[in-house]
Amino acid sequence: MDEAGPSPSVYYRVFAALAVLLALTVGLAFVDLGRFNTAAALSVAWLKAVLVVLYFMHVRYGKRLIALTAAAGLVWLAIMLGLTLCDYMTRDWLGPR
Amino acid sequence: MTTQAVPPDMASDQPALAHHFDDLAQQRAAASFGMWLFLASEIMFFGGLFTIYAVYRNLNPEVFGHESRHLDIVLGTVNTAVLLTSSLSVAMAVHAAHHNRRKALLLLLGATVALGSAFLVIKGIEYSHKLDDGLFPPTAATHPAEPVVQGSKLFYGLYFAMTGVHALHMAIGIGVMLWLMLLAARAPHVRARATPIENAGLYWHLVDVIWIFLFPLLYLIDRNG
Repeated sequence: MDEAGPSPSVYYRVFAALAVLLALTVGLAFVDLGRFNTAAALSVAWLKAVLVVLYFMHVRYGKRLIALTAAAGLVWLAIMLGLTLCDYMTRDWLGPR
Repeated sequence: MTTQAVPPDMASDQPALAHHFDDLAQQRAAASFGMWLFLASEIMFFGGLFTIYAVYRNLNPEVFGHESRHLDIVLGTVNTAVLLTSSLSVAMAVHAAHHNRRKALLLLLGATVALGSAFLVIKGIEYSHKLDDGLFPPTAATHPAEPVVQGSKLFYGLYFAMTGVHALHMAIGIGVMLWLMLLAARAPHVRARATPIENAGLYWHLVDVIWIFLFPLLYLIDRNG
């Protein structure tokens, strides 16, 4: 049944991947990557989130409308984060006034 | 003209078809779509907190990194593993519901409740340590041995706000899972109740995804050197 989602073996494999990624997250935190520590941690977190959304939440197996709705949520989040940070991160660009 | 759903046929393993849908497939799709719209609103809800975090961390990078080391990385990692396992059990529970396996469903929902509760207990232990250190309420928000600096109150305020709201969502999720167990125990065919079980599962997965981001952003800011 398409609506029932994938077989349990897919879930187990995704879980194994998530466990490995968790170990990677923690391991990388103790390695000095300088400015890239945050980017690395967030990249791994994104990978985990994508796995959960696609496989555990069945987005990979469902209708496109669902994928669109999930993507829309992320777009709105990106607008909020992006525009807010555009403001704050450029506050000292104009120099002393 | 009645606005009630057609009463379910107790011998059927399909849910009742509400009158405003053409067929069960459309009904299922509408339920899923509605749930995802709610999840999008939840993403924006937590997104507001993440935005505040992003701004204040940007303004106080060293302090945030320093205070982050005071969080218990072991308990945080264990909690992350607990939540990931609970997402697995929820996914398997939904699978059991679709295949009409009541006992497996009840066991897996029970496992989810147990794992979620374990998460909250561990969180409670972490909070009690913070209370002992005098960090809550975050008024004198840094460790007693250290002077209060600009940004440390912000970090702990965000820590308690973000993990606290997350824990509230976990508690609600556990309540929903318990309700689903009641549903699963009473329904003539659990397959007929697959839709609410699946949608509650979506909520649970989202709360897990939020923690997936909370963990590195709060606990792992600056753990090297």
